Amino acid sequence: MSTIVARQPLPESRSSTGFRLAMLLPGGLVTFFLILFALGLVVFLALRGNDGSLLGAGFTFANFITVASDPLYWTVTLRSLAIAGLVTLATVVTAYPVAYYLAFHAGRRRGLLLFLVTLPFWTSYLLRVFAWKIVLAYNGVLNSALIESGIWSEPTLAFLNTPAAVVVTLAHAYAPFAILPIYVALDTIPKSLLEAASDLGARPFTSFRRVVLPNSMPGVLAAALVVFVPTVGDYVTPALVGGPASTMIGTLIQAQFGKANDWPFGAALAVAVMLVILAVVLVVRFADRRFGSRT
Amino acid sequence: MSVARIEAKQGGRWLGGYVLVYLVFLYLPISLIPLFSFNDSIQAAFPLQGFTFEWYATLSGNSALSGALANSLVIGAIAATGATLCGITVSYMDLYGRSPLAAAISAIARMPILIPGVIVGISLLILVNLIGFGPSRTAIVLGHILVALPTTVVIMKSRFAAIPKTIREAALDLGASDWTTFRRVMLPLSLPAIVSAFMLAFLTSFDEFIVAFFLAGTEPTLPLYIWSQLRFPKSLPTVMALGTAILAVSFVIAAIAEILRHRGLAAAQRPVPANLSKPEETERGELQWHST
Repeated sequence: MSTIVARQPLPESRSSTGFRLAMLLPGGLVTFFLILFALGLVVFLALRGNDGSLLGAGFTFANFITVASDPLYWTVTLRSLAIAGLVTLATVVTAYPVAYYLAFHAGRRRGLLLFLVTLPFWTSYLLRVFAWKIVLAYNGVLNSALIESGIWSEPTLAFLNTPAAVVVTLAHAYAPFAILPIYVALDTIPKSLLEAASDLGARPFTSFRRVVLPNSMPGVLAAALVVFVPTVGDYVTPALVGGPASTMIGTLIQAQFGKANDWPFGAALAVAVMLVILAVVLVVRFADRRFGSRT
Repeated sequence: MSVARIEAKQGGRWLGGYVLVYLVFLYLPISLIPLFSFNDSIQAAFPLQGFTFEWYATLSGNSALSGALANSLVIGAIAATGATLCGITVSYMDLYGRSPLAAAISAIARMPILIPGVIVGISLLILVNLIGFGPSRTAIVLGHILVALPTTVVIMKSRFAAIPKTIREAALDLGASDWTTFRRVMLPLSLPAIVSAFMLAFLTSFDEFIVAFFLAGTEPTLPLYIWSQLRFPKSLPTVMALGTAILAVSFVIAAIAEILRHRGLAAAQRPVPANLSKPEETERGELQWHST
């Protein structure tokens, strides 16, 4: 592949130690102390008993045993997984055609459309969730629209404070996250591949199913991950539009660090969430490799 | 025109309609906030009452609000500076450092994207309590550096990767030291991306809620202030006026960041003859937000 002629000794070999140190130091400190050390502390605390002190006392698995044995935590964890799964599915499925259009049909409008699609991501998340509260409330926009148009005769409480409200709100909030990775994957499919499929007599749907879709799977999996991870631990949306029936694991963790003041137990819940996410990441990596080997 | 082509064209039209509907879905809920911010009623419901600037008027002279705003601006500026600095160095060393350590730092720096905000918040809460300064503005700054870090690393990495390797090698071959090459060649070439990374990091910090929620001491940031106001129905119209102002400013900053990044990518690819650059490599770098 390489087209470069007769490589000289690598310029890197002259790198001064001072330069390397200065360049590695800020990132090294941040990643070590703020990420690795801080996450290590969470795991450490999860293994401690709660005696009201900062780092607890004594090592124990009690926190994890409670997390694993109390049906409340199972219910909430499964609910978080179900909601995050639904959000991921809804977001990826609705985002795919948008990414497809951007990659293959947008032409000169591509830049503008990409900007429009990503713009909401840079606006306040809190306000986007709040906007859904306005839409779904008892005297909100959806209810008043349904009554004005004569479909409904009186407002319903059925929209706000339901798991469905959480799913719709999160799917809206994370839409840009899904579109970008899928678009990038679709955009890197060589156009010649599609022309070849068409020349060989494949109908558009066949070439989509046999060429485009498998080739875009890495993007789809990346999108799924980027939507799923923040959704599982989300705190704002269940609190604003979810109601008590859609308490999610993020809410429980917050409660342990707030009202309940049981930090070791909250840390154990956090570790449980991280383990779930780790499992999902590994499954996605595995799936990614399988699709990767296909192309 | 082949049958397949015609079918593809028609498919494009259907898809175009879908994209339009999707954009309406994206923007309709958000547009309600400016709409109701001018509505002369406490209720955010149709039909609209009258047009008023009253809610905007209540924004000025609100000391809790201006305090939160100042707080958010200071935290955003410091956190964005930190995140951008780390983003530049981490991605630069990842690409040119040729050491496993640099690659590991870069991989870890992009990790926070795989950690829910709640967990970032509590892990830093434990950390800052252990160090001894506890919830404070400094704690939020650290948290926001962490949250913005993956973005700045990805932006800077795709930018550095888009600069043809030959330019850097030429500088080094001509005897420039690493410092000189970095400062006089690589930094100026990536300046638009640096500005855009800074702006996006600033926006991330400015809008971030959950990490600040855990790490805030006595002085709330703007999202925390909004959160506290959401509990009082009477203050909702004011929140919407404030929200409208935030949306407008965010839109403008995001647009400028976008334009700068675009310009940067275009400029990077211009001066190099086609046979020297390797477009396949540069165009398909990492997570690219845009093709040029």
